[in-house]
Amino acid sequence: MNTKVKIAGVELKNPVMTASGTFGSGMEYSDFVDLNRLGGVVTKGVANVPWQGNPTPRVAETYGGMLNAIGLQNPGVEVLIERDLPFLKQFDTKVIVNVCGKSIGDYLEVVERLGDTEVDMLEINVSCPNVKEGAIAFGQKADCLYDITSQIKQKAKQPVIMKLSPNVTDITEMAKAAEAAGADALSLINTLTGMKIDIYRRTFALANKTGGLSGPAIKPVAVRMVYQAAHAVKIPVIGMGGIGSAEDAIEFLLAGASAVAVGAMNFVNPYATVEVAEGIEDYMKKYGVEDIAELIGGVKE
Amino acid sequence: MSKEKTTAIVAEQRKIAPDIYDMWLFTDLAKDACAGQFIGVYPRDGARLLPRPISICEVDREVERIRIVYRIAGKGTEEFAGWQSGQSVEILGVLGNGFPVQAAEGKQAVLMGGGIGIPPMLQLARELKTAGGEPVIIAGYREGTLFLKEDLERYGRVYVATEDGSAGTKGNVLTAMEREGLTAEVIMACGPMPMLRAIKAYAGERQIDAYLSLEERMACGVGACLGCVCKTTHKDGHSHVNNARICTDGPVFEAREVDI
Repeated sequence: MNTKVKIAGVELKNPVMTASGTFGSGMEYSDFVDLNRLGGVVTKGVANVPWQGNPTPRVAETYGGMLNAIGLQNPGVEVLIERDLPFLKQFDTKVIVNVCGKSIGDYLEVVERLGDTEVDMLEINVSCPNVKEGAIAFGQKADCLYDITSQIKQKAKQPVIMKLSPNVTDITEMAKAAEAAGADALSLINTLTGMKIDIYRRTFALANKTGGLSGPAIKPVAVRMVYQAAHAVKIPVIGMGGIGSAEDAIEFLLAGASAVAVGAMNFVNPYATVEVAEGIEDYMKKYGVEDIAELIGGVKE
Repeated sequence: MSKEKTTAIVAEQRKIAPDIYDMWLFTDLAKDACAGQFIGVYPRDGARLLPRPISICEVDREVERIRIVYRIAGKGTEEFAGWQSGQSVEILGVLGNGFPVQAAEGKQAVLMGGGIGIPPMLQLARELKTAGGEPVIIAGYREGTLFLKEDLERYGRVYVATEDGSAGTKGNVLTAMEREGLTAEVIMACGPMPMLRAIKAYAGERQIDAYLSLEERMACGVGACLGCVCKTTHKDGHSHVNNARICTDGPVFEAREVDI
């Protein structure tokens, strides 16, 4: 039975990864799960310099989901290189660093700095809805996305995954723009912009007013967008959005995802990543699936 | 001490004040639990995803039970209030760093709890007494339902403040401090933010060490999501900005370390 998948030439032992921002740099959840069991760990977004993030409250629960407006607080790429990468390198899993920035220059600085490290892939966050400058601004217009992707591709030494925003009119247009600019893979969906109001205090639940919605509530939207994107491009798509079980993950694979990521559901079940990986194997055994490739895009039309 | 998500069994539960519930849970997490730490309690309703951070009120290591005293603050805690003895529930723990009991060694400790910040003072008083101390405890209530007062009296000298003056000193914990002529060599406190700010100022003026237990909206509870940060005076060693994680770097901070 083969569970290995290949993304831009990088072989993952199984298709299960972590969604950026929900897993720190792996350290916090290594108390709960064996990181060796994961196909890859995607780090929290990192910029060229430390970012303070947004004021609190930064999180709010919603029905079947949650809103966050962390604002990409991060210690900067140097700390990631000194502290987090050596930690992650102890494990037999692929390391994908999520990169954020306020300007194209910021992104390029991080991408270049990571060029000489043992990072396996880069995931470019052009879809965070919670920071005022940069981020999502690059990911909501096809021409901007094309521009930043091609500039990053010129500098990057590792394969580049562009993480797409669902807050767009046509996801296929964005997917095609990133592919045309040379992206090696796509990941989607980032969070959906949302809002919650406390009716007793008559205030916004989040200090930032708006936040990114994640969790099981967004899963059908994510499956639909992954299906559309995967059919619009030839490069691999990494699917995410409310995945908490093997059943959820298999749905994304059948929709066309070559790999999947567990995000908010880590907070609900800190063992979720490994349970998803094991559950996919159980499903393959039970239904006689010899190679995971049979599942990828395997939904009957 | 590693963290885990585990199944606990409700041992008993009762209402002890309006909207305030007292629940004992059988769990092996009791082995490692200390004053000032907390557990995440998961609603059984699958639409409510996140663990509710609730401070540990008392630990019974012998029969492995943890006591939590919590206030109904929304739909999740409303569900908890309906849990019956024998029911199994999911919890995450043990989370956070507790109060530094050793910092009170040889010093007169004054514990200050305000409202739903009173419960963690019980286990703290118990640990301080076990360590040979004689803690003074000031419990601040809104009105006259003095929940946990008798429990606290087992471990220290208890003074009461009520906002409406229906029992003890009329006012807050610091009013009681002054009215009763109490002095502290170290303060440990949990309560609403205005109370903690006032204690920080009080301790600062008198150059007393004060340890404050902070609260914030949390998601993961284990330091990964960066949801529950507080402003710190120095750059925090993990984040490299002035934002420490309450769940993991706290919830107890020395008052000088935090900008509240």
